[in-house]
Amino acid sequence: MIKKIFFQTIFLSFLFLIKTFAAESGGMPQLNPEFWVSQIFWLTITFGILYVVLSKLILPKISNNLEVRKSKILENIEAAEKQRKDSEEKIKEYNKIIQDNKIKAKNYYNQAREKILKDINKKKESLDSDLNEEIKKAELEIQDLKNKSPEKITKIAIETSNDLIKQLIGVEVNNSSISAIVEDLSKRKKSEYYGN
Amino acid sequence: MATNPMHQFEVYRIGPEIKIGAIDISFTNASLFMVISSFAILLVFNLGSKKNSVIPNKMQLLAELSYTFVSKMISDTAGSKAKPYFAFIFSIFMFVLFCNMFGMIPYTFTVTSHIIVTFMLAAFIFIGVTIIGFIKHGVGYLKLFVPSGVPVVLLPLIVVIEIISYLSRPISLSVRLFANMMAGHTMMKVFGGFVISLGIIGGWLPLSFSVALTGLEILVAFLQAYVFAILTCIYLNDALNLHH
Repeated sequence: MIKKIFFQTIFLSFLFLIKTFAAESGGMPQLNPEFWVSQIFWLTITFGILYVVLSKLILPKISNNLEVRKSKILENIEAAEKQRKDSEEKIKEYNKIIQDNKIKAKNYYNQAREKILKDINKKKESLDSDLNEEIKKAELEIQDLKNKSPEKITKIAIETSNDLIKQLIGVEVNNSSISAIVEDLSKRKKSEYYGN
Repeated sequence: MATNPMHQFEVYRIGPEIKIGAIDISFTNASLFMVISSFAILLVFNLGSKKNSVIPNKMQLLAELSYTFVSKMISDTAGSKAKPYFAFIFSIFMFVLFCNMFGMIPYTFTVTSHIIVTFMLAAFIFIGVTIIGFIKHGVGYLKLFVPSGVPVVLLPLIVVIEIISYLSRPISLSVRLFANMMAGHTMMKVFGGFVISLGIIGGWLPLSFSVALTGLEILVAFLQAYVFAILTCIYLNDALNLHH
């Protein structure tokens, strides 16, 4: 209800206003030719000046600015592209250097390893030969000693038996007779003592 | 008097009366806003073209966006042949746009709400386009009135219609802009009057209408300038590239 009244008031006041406007105004001021010539005159002047200044001074500047920006951007893009290529090449070079150095390092390692192995082998061999010599020497000595031992034993046996006889019977026995007996015995028992 | 919605369109003299012979060319409020609009355009675009930095500042961006906007509009509708007329169309577009926009400020005068101003612009465009057409194509420009592929029986009628439509171009161009501006401003004034007459209780509805209308009018102000410029481009296209 209130809404209805509200809209009706608006409508009525609209009608009222239109009536008053119609009464007050003498038509459209646009159709009053009093200032037409003046408007045409000033329009020509202002628009003329606007056109001349824009077309001769300002628009060429703006278009020049746009061109310069375009070319600058293109240049920058080109430079960036070039730098990208350069950096890619440098990365390739870098990788190559690293690869080369890796190979070199491996070679060095292998060489050093071989050298060391060789040294070790050499030293081992020389050591082996030394040891062998020593062993041979020792063997020879042993053999020598072995060969010499029966004579000494015989000698000792003669002396001992001489001493024993002296102690037992108190008689000096001739050395030569004792040695003959000992030699006879040792000859007979040699295989038993030495296993030859 | 203040509630009369047509009062805002009245032209009055500012300063002394200037007469050349019997012709009155006094400086009026209309002249004042023409000068203000032109000066504002020159100021904005002068500031926008002064410095040339790769990353533009606000004024430069504004100027360059307007430039590319109009340039694209011309190349889209009239092709590359219309390049020499770029400055003229740019001036027309900016002049109409700034006059419309200055009219949106309260207590200002809308230059483009006067039929004589819009008609002069439209008549100048019409005459210019016709001259360009005759210079480019000679008498062959008259082929514009004879569309191809029309039966011979209908041809006299079609030619008459085409001629009438061609001659009515300046009228339609000027009346469109003038009527849009005048209607919009009158409507805003009427709704503003409602706010006063309905008072604090009933005035809120027309006030909200008024606010919405202001937004709409700003849109119309831009749109009418755009339409004015693009129709100029289309007429120019007819004169430059004669293929109907």
